[in-house]
Amino acid sequence: MNNMPSIHSLSRPAASKKQAASVQFRNVTKRYGSVTAVDDVSFTIEPGQLVTLLGPSGCGKTTTLRMIAGLEMASEGQILIGGRDVTNLSAADRDVSMVFQSYALFPHMSVLENVAYGPSVQGVPKRDAIEMAMEKLALIGLKGLEKRAPSELSGGQQQRVAVARALVLEPQVLLFDEPLSNLDAKLRRRVREDIRELQQSLNLTVAYVTHDQEEALAVSDHIIVMSNARIAQTGTPRELYEEPANLFVADFIGDANIIPGEIVGVTGSTAQVNVGNVPLQLPHRNAGPGPVKLAVRPDAILLDEGATGALSGTVRKASYLGTQVEYEVESPIGNLFVVQYGRKEPIMTGTPVSIAFTPQRGLAIIPNS
Amino acid sequence: MSRATLGWIVLGWVGFALLPWYGFDRTAVPTLADYFVSGSALIHGIKGAWWLLPILIPLCLGLVPVIRPLAQTNGGWLIASGLLGLALVILQGFAIGLNGWTFDILRASFGAPGPSQAGMGYGAALTATAFLIILCHGLAARGWCRGDAFVTSSIGVVIALIVVFVFFPVTTILASAFADNDGNFAPYEFLVKFLDRSIWGLDCLSSDLRCGVAWNTLFLGLLVGVGTTALGLAFALIATRTDFRFKKLLRVMSVLPIITPPFVIGLALILLFGRSGALSAVLWDWFGVPRSRWIYGLPGVLIAQLLAFTPIAFLVLIGVVQGISPTLEEASQTLRAKSWTTFWTVTLPLMRPGLANAFLLGFVESLADFGNPLVLGGNYEVLSTKIFFAVVGAQQDQGRAAVLSIILLAFTLGAFWLQHAWLGKKVYTTVTGKGDAGIPLPLPRRVALASYLTALPWAIFTVAVYAIILVGAFVRSMGRDYTPTFEHFLTAFRVERSGSGLYFSGSAWDSFFATVKVAALSAPLTAAIGLLTAYLLTRQRFSGQRAFEFGTLLSFAIPGTVVGVSYILAFNVPPIEITGTGFILVMCFVFRNMPVGVRSGIATLSQIDKSLDEASLTLGAGSSTTMRRVVLPLLRPAIVASLVYSFVRAMTAVSAVIFLVTAEYNMATTYIVGRVEAGEFGLAIAYSTVLILVMLVAIVAIQLAVGERRLGRRSASAAPSPVAVQAIP
Repeated sequence: MNNMPSIHSLSRPAASKKQAASVQFRNVTKRYGSVTAVDDVSFTIEPGQLVTLLGPSGCGKTTTLRMIAGLEMASEGQILIGGRDVTNLSAADRDVSMVFQSYALFPHMSVLENVAYGPSVQGVPKRDAIEMAMEKLALIGLKGLEKRAPSELSGGQQQRVAVARALVLEPQVLLFDEPLSNLDAKLRRRVREDIRELQQSLNLTVAYVTHDQEEALAVSDHIIVMSNARIAQTGTPRELYEEPANLFVADFIGDANIIPGEIVGVTGSTAQVNVGNVPLQLPHRNAGPGPVKLAVRPDAILLDEGATGALSGTVRKASYLGTQVEYEVESPIGNLFVVQYGRKEPIMTGTPVSIAFTPQRGLAIIPNS
Repeated sequence: MSRATLGWIVLGWVGFALLPWYGFDRTAVPTLADYFVSGSALIHGIKGAWWLLPILIPLCLGLVPVIRPLAQTNGGWLIASGLLGLALVILQGFAIGLNGWTFDILRASFGAPGPSQAGMGYGAALTATAFLIILCHGLAARGWCRGDAFVTSSIGVVIALIVVFVFFPVTTILASAFADNDGNFAPYEFLVKFLDRSIWGLDCLSSDLRCGVAWNTLFLGLLVGVGTTALGLAFALIATRTDFRFKKLLRVMSVLPIITPPFVIGLALILLFGRSGALSAVLWDWFGVPRSRWIYGLPGVLIAQLLAFTPIAFLVLIGVVQGISPTLEEASQTLRAKSWTTFWTVTLPLMRPGLANAFLLGFVESLADFGNPLVLGGNYEVLSTKIFFAVVGAQQDQGRAAVLSIILLAFTLGAFWLQHAWLGKKVYTTVTGKGDAGIPLPLPRRVALASYLTALPWAIFTVAVYAIILVGAFVRSMGRDYTPTFEHFLTAFRVERSGSGLYFSGSAWDSFFATVKVAALSAPLTAAIGLLTAYLLTRQRFSGQRAFEFGTLLSFAIPGTVVGVSYILAFNVPPIEITGTGFILVMCFVFRNMPVGVRSGIATLSQIDKSLDEASLTLGAGSSTTMRRVVLPLLRPAIVASLVYSFVRAMTAVSAVIFLVTAEYNMATTYIVGRVEAGEFGLAIAYSTVLILVMLVAIVAIQLAVGERRLGRRSASAAPSPVAVQAIP
């Protein structure tokens, strides 16, 4: 794997001839018998954006992706690609390509034949098809391996072949179904950066399914978080992390301490919240006065050894992880999970500490909780 | 609207307005004008066959989407056109028969006899097909099956074929069992026929009289089931658990009976043990044992069926024995169990489902077997031969044949149901994904000894039987005159050179060419429909899939004799009048052998990742292209299996075809049976050896033509051919 040239080093190819297209779901529902896999889902993927469908397994994200591809048909609702209604169009008639989780390389064809398959079944003359395939193989950094059988390639190389094959028709929309799940951890980071680079340089509309929230945060323009067949929240990675719309998103994206508080007053866009005895000023996010729940990121809690403040607790566990130290702190507002970065001395277990919050970031009222 | 849809709409019109709507009278020679226009439904309709004219309405409905190609409602128009068209074609076909109205209500309200019409011809077939496909395209336009017209059309066509060639005949036979000779509903007559003493009588227990034919059949089936299972197990144990030197020979012997026409073994037994048989002669000359007819009856049929069906049990059980993880036996041994205890408490219980499977297969094979009881049965009657004589014999009682068929069908379906209900739920796979480093336990001495003692004499006997077949073809008369001769081959396969070229004057040539033609036609059709069905079952999801699967596998469980009777009952009268043609033979083989294609297709397809098809679809290849470029190349082993199986079965089948052959389309097997009945054993044997040779050549040719599957692996494990394991009636 070490001799793989990275996409970064490649010169930018000429802009593709086709314009990236938008994808729009209008109240789409998918049922299998009595089971509803996708329930009344609406969203829009803007042209040229990379949008991730994120959620735990069984939340309907892969079904949604397959409905974009035309591999599943919507039971209700409308699907538009590039403004055109494709709801009843079969997969072969949609201008969409997909990179499969298992790569799905045809085992009886060589790498070149695999990549040239798309143009050749579209009736492109064989020589042109091979030329198109070679161009994409060069783009993806697999020149010289085109005569091999897929089974003779490493996992990362197979994945690149799958990407080249999906790119060769220059589709309006490119779909990825958990493309990194069969790669080892180190390779994953590299490949996901390559995919992002490719998407930006070719200006592709990409829909990307993953259950790994870190991967989603890293590559996406937008993330659609799904839970129980519905959309839990849509937004940029930063919006999702810092302003989770509900308990599920707060818990699923990154780690969060869910702690109770009470809104005592609202002025303008800010609310006065009491957490334990600590008064805080936070955006109210449409929550009215009364008890609320707050999402507090582990690094938004500050621990101070020895000092005494409005809120104090005791360190119960401490784990040293190199770049950070993780603590479990017992406090009146519940057990808190705290991460501290920087080269501070670790706090010993059993030490009483005072607890404070960084109000600027990592702290949000959860509406509708 | 796609070009394919337009094409089918045009074909619908062609079938209605140009091609002959009715089948030709086979005695008349049609002129070219009969083929075009003048015999078409349109002309018939104008000339007085008014009932054909309403079909114009759905044909016109189909034109609406042609005029407005972009309208959203086109799917609806196509569905309406297809449904109405099919309904009208079927309705007029069944309402008006050769002798006027077919339903009493119509006769009463419009007066007897009413108009008459002949069986449907090319035009009707084409128009009906076009309506079916138009309907399927309409459904696809409505988003069925992911909007894939190829898939909906395939489902539609397969369902239509199964309805016409499986369900229609079976319901006809049921109906005719409950009807008297005039076709009226007569449940009492059914009861009388059903409870007849000759079927269920138990006289043999109390007196010297014979028992009912149903008991005979069951008794024989049980004996054969037990016998083949025991012999098969002995062979399987020897082949897998001992270092027996001639294992390869065992394998060859297991394939031989599959390419042997079923009655040939019976024939060989007659040549060995008959009144003038080779062994009988030896026994009389040397030991003074009198010649007798003991071979004709239960012993003969039993021995012949054991010889014929033991290989099937062997192939089932060798898979089971190999599948038992040696680690389990090693675990048992490390727990201080002796090898005999291990065999008795671990190995054998793990094989139990396999044993049950082998037993049921032997049982069902015996029930369905027709050739051996016909040749060797003597006074011991079984259902399959009794059905035959009820139809062709002096009785000419189709109702009785139908009743007997229903009993036989109930037995086989019952056995299959038992197998499904009992074995279907049990998990007995002991082959896991984990590596298994265990070494199979050598057989305990007692078991090994028992296996050798059963298997070896039997193997020698089988070799002897085949030697007889070989020798019998080249000597003047077995048992009497051992002068070597080519006389039999010459009678059968003489080729003379005359002024105008070669002249095939041998007596067997006609049936030989007909057989090869029918087999060569039916094999690719069988494979195509079988694999298409397998593809639909594994790769598509649609409502009614379970019923669809049941329908495709139903024809598997129906004994050949029942199929034969049901085909002549169903297809002897309009609207589908095809008895006496080569077509009915081909269709009979296709639907009898299709389930093997389905099964091997399903087995192979379930090993192929579904996302391969999906990748192809998202790359813009339609379902038919995907099928051709991705699925078929990966399906090569299944293609070989179903081609070989259907070819071999078409060459060797007797039971169903004996009802369907005519002077024009005589099949090799029925010709040979005829020779056996006429006592011309030498000719029959010679012809059989030629058939076996032809099949061997064909199998090799199919292997070469289809080729191996290329997966780019360094060493692909040689999967055992699934042909033989699935050799069920």
